[in-house]
Amino acid sequence: MPGRVAILKQRDYLIATVQGDLSDEEIVALRDDLAERVGRYRARAIIVDVTAFDVIDSFVARSLRALAITARLRGARTVVVGIQPDVAIAMVQFRIDLAPLVTALDLDEALRILDATPRRAHDG
Amino acid sequence: MTSTAPADKAGEHTDELLPELVALLRDQRTVLREEWVRRITDAGLLKVMSPEEIFAEVTTVYDNYVDVLETGSVETLQAYARDLSERIIPRGVETDEVLGIVLLLRDVLARSLFVNYQQNADMLNKILDAYEPAANRIAVTVGVSFVEERERVIREQQEAIRDLSTPVLQVRDRLLILPIIGMLDAQRARQLTEQLLGAIQSSRAKVVVIDITGVAAIDLTVANHIVQTVEAARLMGASAVITGLSSKIAQTLVDLGVDLSMMNTVGDLQGGLEEAERLMGLRPAVGDSDGEG
Repeated sequence: MPGRVAILKQRDYLIATVQGDLSDEEIVALRDDLAERVGRYRARAIIVDVTAFDVIDSFVARSLRALAITARLRGARTVVVGIQPDVAIAMVQFRIDLAPLVTALDLDEALRILDATPRRAHDG
Repeated sequence: MTSTAPADKAGEHTDELLPELVALLRDQRTVLREEWVRRITDAGLLKVMSPEEIFAEVTTVYDNYVDVLETGSVETLQAYARDLSERIIPRGVETDEVLGIVLLLRDVLARSLFVNYQQNADMLNKILDAYEPAANRIAVTVGVSFVEERERVIREQQEAIRDLSTPVLQVRDRLLILPIIGMLDAQRARQLTEQLLGAIQSSRAKVVVIDITGVAAIDLTVANHIVQTVEAARLMGASAVITGLSSKIAQTLVDLGVDLSMMNTVGDLQGGLEEAERLMGLRPAVGDSDGEG
């Protein structure tokens, strides 16, 4: 379990707040950890807060997509929140996409989106 | 010795001849200055300035000119030329006028040298060898100073226009409008993106309407930039609606093969706002929508 990620459980949701840029190993560990906890807590959705990321490279993006697909197979949606303007610009310039991941501005917004969607969502 | 003598040989004479040249030009200051003003007026240059103004500036330039010949240092003249340019550019003085004036002075002084040394062709050649490189250097200094000052003014104006013309407007809670008016170049497009994404974050925008009614033409770089902006906004959790594509721009986009599959476009700003309200759940949805564009 990576030390720089706080994972909270709130209602049916798992909220993973990343405290800084993660190494490749830490990202993989986070992915495995969240996928495991989805089953343990019977979570309906995962919110990954990446506000602290200075960069989202293709490996991080791929890991986040893989996390979303893994979680989906275990019955949970994934929403990524807090992508900073600079990070967003860099991502589109390097053609790094998070689709089919859902993105939201912040935690509040992610909770609102998740609350508004029925249990088996069509995406995420 | 002829005027085609090697430069270093001419250089040997420069030291002894320049003081003589400077003394001559100081001595004939009044006559030469008046001659220069007359030539400027005859050539129809500096029409925007009064004769008194021309005479005042001409005096300073003349004295600076002689100083440069004496000391070989162009810094004072350079500073004065910048200052002068700053004053005359807003009044519409053109580059060709400034260059014309400096070259006229060069001619006036050269002509006076011919008159003074016409008895002694050898001496005339030597003195011209000393005079010509210095005079050319002065002409270049003044010309370059003027052009640099002009470019500085243009740069400042461009920045001012850029700042003025890219407002991000909030029309209601979490709904932004970005009206783009005028020419879009790569730099301005980049700046727009940064401004918009910053505004999305600070005002927690959910939907942004980018209205390009005021954009006359678009090229591939800018089109791709708009697509990237929409993508980046989506990554931050905001949907973008593009409105006001003229038929010409729409055709350009199709011809350029820009991938518009991710773009939500609506005909006009009114339609764009209606679409935005639908996306925000303020209007009954046409289909199922979870707020993601």
